[in-house]
Amino acid sequence: MRLSGKALASGRIAFGASILIALWLASLVGPWLHPVDPMDMVGRPFVWPGVNPRFPLGTDQLGRDVLSGMLSGAQISLGIGVVSAASAILIGLAVGAAAGGIGGYVDDALMRICEVFQNIPGFILAIVLLSIFGVSVPKMIVCISIVSWPPVARIVRAEMLSLRQRDFVASCRLIGMTRLRIIATQMLPNSLAPVFVMASMITASAILIEAALSFLNLSDPNLMTWGKMIGNGRATLRTSWYLVALPGCAIFVTTIALNILGEGVSDVLNSRRTAN
Amino acid sequence: MTFSTVAARPISPPAPGGKQPVLELADVCATTLVGGKPCNILDGVSFSLRAGRMLGIVGESGCGKSMTSLAIMGLLPKPQVTISAGRIGFLGDELLDLTESELRLRRGAQMAMIFQEPTASLNPVRTIGDQVMEAIRAHQPVPKSRAREIGLELLDRVRIRDPRHTFDDYPHRMSGGMCQRVSIAMALAARPRLLIADEPTTALDVSVQAQILELLATLQQEDDLAVLLISHDLGVVAGYADEVAVMYAGKIVEQAGVDALFAAPKHPYTIGLMRAAPRLGGRRDAERLVEIPGTVPALGARPAGCAFVTRCGSAMAGCAGIVPRLETVAAGHKVACLLHPAAR
Amino acid sequence: MSVASRYVFRRIAQGLVTVLLLIVVNFLIVHAAPGDVVDTLAGGSGSADAAVLQAMREHLGLDQPLYTQFLTYVGQLARLDLGQSQFSGDQVIALLLERLPATLLLMLPSLIISFVLGTSLGLVASLKPRSIVDFLVSTLVLIGYATPLFWLGLMLIVLFTINLGWLPSVGMSTIGQSEGLWAFALDLLRHAVLPVLTLSLFYLAAYARLTRATMIDVADQKFVRAATAKGIARSQVVWRHIFRNALLPVFTMAGLNVSSMLGGALVVEVVFSWPGLGQLAFNAVLQRDNTLLLGLLFFSSIFVVVVNIVVDLLYVKLDPRIEFGSAS
Repeated sequence: MRLSGKALASGRIAFGASILIALWLASLVGPWLHPVDPMDMVGRPFVWPGVNPRFPLGTDQLGRDVLSGMLSGAQISLGIGVVSAASAILIGLAVGAAAGGIGGYVDDALMRICEVFQNIPGFILAIVLLSIFGVSVPKMIVCISIVSWPPVARIVRAEMLSLRQRDFVASCRLIGMTRLRIIATQMLPNSLAPVFVMASMITASAILIEAALSFLNLSDPNLMTWGKMIGNGRATLRTSWYLVALPGCAIFVTTIALNILGEGVSDVLNSRRTAN
Repeated sequence: MTFSTVAARPISPPAPGGKQPVLELADVCATTLVGGKPCNILDGVSFSLRAGRMLGIVGESGCGKSMTSLAIMGLLPKPQVTISAGRIGFLGDELLDLTESELRLRRGAQMAMIFQEPTASLNPVRTIGDQVMEAIRAHQPVPKSRAREIGLELLDRVRIRDPRHTFDDYPHRMSGGMCQRVSIAMALAARPRLLIADEPTTALDVSVQAQILELLATLQQEDDLAVLLISHDLGVVAGYADEVAVMYAGKIVEQAGVDALFAAPKHPYTIGLMRAAPRLGGRRDAERLVEIPGTVPALGARPAGCAFVTRCGSAMAGCAGIVPRLETVAAGHKVACLLHPAAR
Repeated sequence: MSVASRYVFRRIAQGLVTVLLLIVVNFLIVHAAPGDVVDTLAGGSGSADAAVLQAMREHLGLDQPLYTQFLTYVGQLARLDLGQSQFSGDQVIALLLERLPATLLLMLPSLIISFVLGTSLGLVASLKPRSIVDFLVSTLVLIGYATPLFWLGLMLIVLFTINLGWLPSVGMSTIGQSEGLWAFALDLLRHAVLPVLTLSLFYLAAYARLTRATMIDVADQKFVRAATAKGIARSQVVWRHIFRNALLPVFTMAGLNVSSMLGGALVVEVVFSWPGLGQLAFNAVLQRDNTLLLGLLFFSSIFVVVVNIVVDLLYVKLDPRIEFGSAS
């Protein structure tokens, strides 16, 4: 019984990770093997997938190649997703560690700020910021990070608070370690387990947010992303729904892989914690 | 469906005069998997209990005393733990042959149980009154108003000072002692024949412990209950039980009337336990507490012969090879030890 | 003043502090933007002439020191004066209130359906872990979490509107609809099915997953075993003891989800041309009507704060362990 639990968890991690690695490799190697600019009009519009071998996945309403659009989307969406998630996690770690490790007024103030950000509907905030400050890849990364950090901060803070009660922290203080050093070298590494679990979920959520923003036309006009393709394909849903289906499938596969990976990591780390 | 129309085995009343035991265990073995290997948490447990008598089961943590009570009530964590052998006779029925619904009919109505952590044993989001009435209406078809009356009477019976106030209160606002009284009230709601008390006072303050035990003893007399009192504390058992069984590593190693056991313990483990227990107002010369060396063997690592052989000061050559059986060595006094062969 | 009223007042006071911080955030966004504040607010309406812009400057008091501006801003927001839409010239607050009911009509059913169905599925799955039912629910959860809302909506349109022709996909009602309350209600219902379904799926997955996990956790607790020992029916143990306790964290999560559900509703409204706040926002984005967008941001944040206060107060009713006197 116990063995199958472990096997299931590692199976999930392997499955999720392999899909993500495959996607990432495809995004790197693909444009090399299929060097068509996704923004170029290379053929007749609305060619269905499989009809013309030059355009394996067909063309869109402006005659642009769908396959290169998908590959470009992979690069950008994955890239933005991963970088935003990483920044959100870094911000969350910093805020959570400070709040949980230092406590007192610092904790109160930081949690108030956290609460404000959790009350603002994140997606709407992202839209407003992009509308006011303009759209570009770095700006999107900043927006998505701003919207995603609060849950990380809360979890890190919770871990730090429970660690503060533990004896090993008290003994560090007794031997004269500075607060900062205790937080950074002792408490923080022990708080990381739930962050690892959240990491894949936050990445999935970042990718979904980026896709939704691109769908609403809030993406870099010079780049082709999955969300943008879906947004463009909306008008011709009746006749050329493959324009919406294909990029959507790509997003779907990516986020499923991330979710499965997250579940596997969660199983492994949680069972280790209960064993302790 | 509560006390439903499920065709169940007839519940036979105890024989008049309390001659027949209310509860009788014979060679009960409970097995679980440890690292893939099956291991016996309970390794051939046998005892019997009559109406109006209190049997105390004593032992360190992990000896199987709580498992015994769960096995009787049919509350073992399936599928991890199963009963692999033995019989449990209760009021003429063989419990291990009953289905889950047949067992459910008996729970609360015939056999009841109270647990170690009283506050944690109550549903935190419902009132005491709700839970007491639930216990009542599970076995008697009464309307809510009548159930409330009965509930208040029950709370009164367990000496709760203000039953009406408690009825509408929540568990987290009550002390451990109060919660345990409520649990006792719920356990006795349907007038069961058997009450199992699993470490009922361990989590309570010392001052409250005596009150609860006194209450149990009084209620036992009033209802002619058979009571199984489980504890790791010799003192608790000494004060209230009629008979005591000492458990070690899933087996009963000694069983006797309470006075006989404390006057003349025979099994080395029992002797060790008594020496290790602090006694208030004991001998004048500062008696050292003598710990039993070593630790209880882990479930999968029990020695082949007598389980106590690794810690026994009187171990002989044959102890490591033979599993001693529980034999009667004097009137009403049984021991499982090669040092004490069966009386002729 | 009773303990309960004191708690309510304290909770509202906390909410007001949050609102004040929200105003600060809004203020910072406006002033941190490149260029003149008025340029920011005017956004895409390059057609605004100099006189109008000058009037705006005076209205906002831009010639005054920053803290005075801030106080003016606070005053305006407190009166819910969110300015005028650059595009249509209407009062922003009026536009928002006009569109709010449609969005609520979308969000409320989604909230109810996702909560009820989600918790039910989670309950059923938790009763038999690793069974077929559990596997099906887990698969549904995975799909629900991974599917982008807007793509789901579009795919549902492809299936139900384009291929099957069963359900409409645009707007809230059919033009030229015959008179009568029943006909109107039925028509509304038909239009609402796909959008509500789309918005519900993600949250249904979230509630199902959390309910299942919490049910399994609670089932291990001591009072559940004690309840079983009382001899009550298994169904009662599950419903009155396990589920009743498992609901608490799920309820909390539902409250926290309102914020993200607003964003989701926005996207769903765009996909289905549902005439609510989302459509308004989308048009505002196209026209770079930043005044409207900022107004929407503030308005929706206030909405979330209010809902959170209500949820907190309701939670106290659900969980007797939370005393009015304790700090939340």
